[in-house]
Amino acid sequence: MNEPLGTGGLILNEPLLWHKGKKGRIGMSIPESDVPAAPIASDLLGTDVDFPDLSEVDVVRHYTRLSQWNFGVDTGMYPLGSCTMKYNPKTNERQAATPEIASAHPMLADDLNQGTLRILYELQQYLAIITGLDAVSLQPAAGAHGELTGMLIFHAWHKSRGAQRHKILIPDTAHGTNPASAALCGYKAVPVPSDAQGMLDPALVAELMDEDTAGIMVTNPNTLGLFEERIREIAAIVHAKGGLVYGDGANMNAVLGVIDAKKCGIDVLHLNLHKTFSTPHGGGGPGAGPVCVTRELEPFLPVPRAVKDGETYRLEDNRPQSVGRIHAFHGNFGVLVRAYSYILSMGEAGLKKASQLAVLNANYIKEQLKTVLHLPYDRPCMHECVFSDLWQQEYKISTVDMAKRLIDCGFHPPTIYFPLIVHGAMMIEPTETECKDDIDQFIATVKTIVLEAAEQPELLHQAPQRTKVRRLDEVQAARCPCLIGPSGTGD
Amino acid sequence: MRYLPHTPEEIASMLATIGTKSLDGLFDSVPADCRMTDPWPLPAPKSEWELNDHLGQLAGTMRLGPNAKVLVGAGSYHHYIPETVRNLAGRSEFLTAYTPYQPELAQGTLQGIFEYQTLTARLLGMDVVNASMYDGASALAEALLMGLRIAKKKRTVAVSKAIHPHYRAAARAYLAPAAYEVIELEVLANGRTDLSGLANRDDIAAVALQSPNFFGVIEDLETASAAIHDAGALCITCFTEPLAYGLLKNPGQCGADIVCGEGQSFGISRSYGGPGLGMFGCKQAFTRNLPGRLVGETKDLEGRRGYVLTLATREQHIRREKATSNICSNQGICAMTAGMYMASLGGTGIRQLARLNYDKTQYLKEALIKAGATIPFAGPVFNEFVAEFPQDFRPAHARLLAKDIVAGLELSALYPQMAGRYLFCVTETIDKQTLDTIAAEVRA
Repeated sequence: MNEPLGTGGLILNEPLLWHKGKKGRIGMSIPESDVPAAPIASDLLGTDVDFPDLSEVDVVRHYTRLSQWNFGVDTGMYPLGSCTMKYNPKTNERQAATPEIASAHPMLADDLNQGTLRILYELQQYLAIITGLDAVSLQPAAGAHGELTGMLIFHAWHKSRGAQRHKILIPDTAHGTNPASAALCGYKAVPVPSDAQGMLDPALVAELMDEDTAGIMVTNPNTLGLFEERIREIAAIVHAKGGLVYGDGANMNAVLGVIDAKKCGIDVLHLNLHKTFSTPHGGGGPGAGPVCVTRELEPFLPVPRAVKDGETYRLEDNRPQSVGRIHAFHGNFGVLVRAYSYILSMGEAGLKKASQLAVLNANYIKEQLKTVLHLPYDRPCMHECVFSDLWQQEYKISTVDMAKRLIDCGFHPPTIYFPLIVHGAMMIEPTETECKDDIDQFIATVKTIVLEAAEQPELLHQAPQRTKVRRLDEVQAARCPCLIGPSGTGD
Repeated sequence: MRYLPHTPEEIASMLATIGTKSLDGLFDSVPADCRMTDPWPLPAPKSEWELNDHLGQLAGTMRLGPNAKVLVGAGSYHHYIPETVRNLAGRSEFLTAYTPYQPELAQGTLQGIFEYQTLTARLLGMDVVNASMYDGASALAEALLMGLRIAKKKRTVAVSKAIHPHYRAAARAYLAPAAYEVIELEVLANGRTDLSGLANRDDIAAVALQSPNFFGVIEDLETASAAIHDAGALCITCFTEPLAYGLLKNPGQCGADIVCGEGQSFGISRSYGGPGLGMFGCKQAFTRNLPGRLVGETKDLEGRRGYVLTLATREQHIRREKATSNICSNQGICAMTAGMYMASLGGTGIRQLARLNYDKTQYLKEALIKAGATIPFAGPVFNEFVAEFPQDFRPAHARLLAKDIVAGLELSALYPQMAGRYLFCVTETIDKQTLDTIAAEVRA
């Protein structure tokens, strides 16, 4: 186990697509026409599309080589904080690819689509059970889309009560997308600083909460990996002033089977199925961000809803108070099938165990690394722990240097420089699917890097050296943006 | 459970390191009154084989199999997907990676998305294309918001009634809280959008059209964009079928400022409507108003070409509530998939495939006319069109369904005044024999 993971690999170069191929090649089979050519008006016709012509082999080699420059969960430990990069089960891919399901058309009559409707209906039920809330919409396509849906629900609910509000409380330990989601609904974000323990202070919430404030968006566990212990008290303050409580459930992987969102006083909660429920992140999506609400807010959920009459499933869209549609169809259905498969594979005991082991792994890392890295909030953590580079500053080593050195050692770095309230933050979330051996190796590697920071800082400044490219000039990329390749470069 | 690697001995040793007696002890910070106490009425966990059986049973309750002939598009299209695209998009190096925050470990995703942005920009005639939006509907909503941001003081947008009804619904939902006004433009007798209402207005920030529109009709985008610009508004065009631009003039050529739509046609399964791919591009001048992620080219320390996420100053983690949108995770692997599909087709192939869709659609249209149907909209179409029939078409529709043919989508639920009209879609997956069978049933 002491052999280092990172080695110099065989890394092949690969040009851009349009520097490959020859005019007249084709990479896929197109059926012969069995109908006569039809006339087309010349004023409709476009010029030829400037795509390179490639053979099937050109395409396969191109993307295979590209894939080898990537690091995924299947490659190794990916302790990216707040992202829950757990293993993505292979069987879930198979289930989503079930031919009848993958070919289902969303505009056909419900009696033709009973199987897909049943998946929607049952997943709605399962997520309600798991969160303790009453009703669920599966339409949001990502976590931030769930946040937006939640804010639309806040807005519609306040409107139904006759008085619109203009502000929303957002703690500094909340997720980064929260303010932008609230702003889309016209809410002005009022920041709520956390206290010296990294927690929300109910007294401060009471001070800020007023009758022009729509509610609060709380990430719990928060982005320091800490459980907001006074959440009920905070919710009561917000409710007393006629506000609602939004729970950002991106960190739900810490607390499956532990917390009941409704008892915590949460009115609307989104889940990230691509985090807690094991669906692959795809290098940036698709995700799924279902929204779970209390009975009182159910009428405001997006339409259509999947409902069951006797043994038949159907879509229901006659909900006059609904915020409407936020997706053309039923959200990222293929992602929903994967999460459904995961829940059915894990069952109650498996899901609860997953959270326990995720928290075990995080606390184990926290205990072992807090002797070598500064731990700004030394409390029992949930599924992630946040260190800083304070102790490395004397060697002129910062978080990014340690992160890049981890790459050379064969690990994906943690989330860095987030949350913003920790200067030089390193946010480590191992997840439950990492075994003790791999975590021990990760811990040993970080400890070695900390020693290197003192003794061979250049090794860190120069990292990574074993990747396809070394550190990239991001300033240049933003100053003179090159966002598409030059035209006319196809062969 | 096979995804959970810890042995009891390891758990005991790790708890000892932490100084906690039990796994439950890890949660001592959670107050009792926040706790989940009731057991979960979830089904018992299934083995891999039981799960296969369960999904197999659900699949069995679907009326149609993958080989059914579904002549319905309306935003979700059946095109052949090459095995190479499935296979390459399924590579776990792409699939199990996160958003590329560490570019040295994600050059595969980043170059692939850069290539997607480039090919899509060429297809749509845009200067800039982003790394994706959630889907066509949310892309349209974001395009209208972008138009309002650019126009600054105006509070009204106009959308054609020939835009997919679900897209218009999403746009209304997104625009409702800020109380923006959304005007709907009527449809002319030829199936194109009536823009005459714009003539005397100067308060509209942006006007959105779909082409080919929901009825399959190709809008006259050149004339429309001129009229829209004359009214001092931005021209937004959207689409549900990007393959059309393999044959037709692209929106950029026709004067569109912002183009958005659904890219599911490019190598992505219908999958009951998702995941799809929100395609989104604009003219250079509006780059900094663009929502969503962007990949840009740069150099590494040694001067080698490389790619990073860029122009993040538009985004929520820096601009917070002033961000151009809240979008974070997008449809990454779907954009990669579309890139693979466009690369597989090539410039020659996309023309040929688009032409095939066009020819087959014209064939069915003519065959239905010969069988007695009428085509209410005379405007030109790509691979969808509306037909109506001299007699009630429902019995013929049912007889065809018994043969696993779905002969169009009846429009009354979406457009009540169009009861009895059917929207048909013909792609390369529908053979002539099926088209002849449909025409024969109309005659019967």
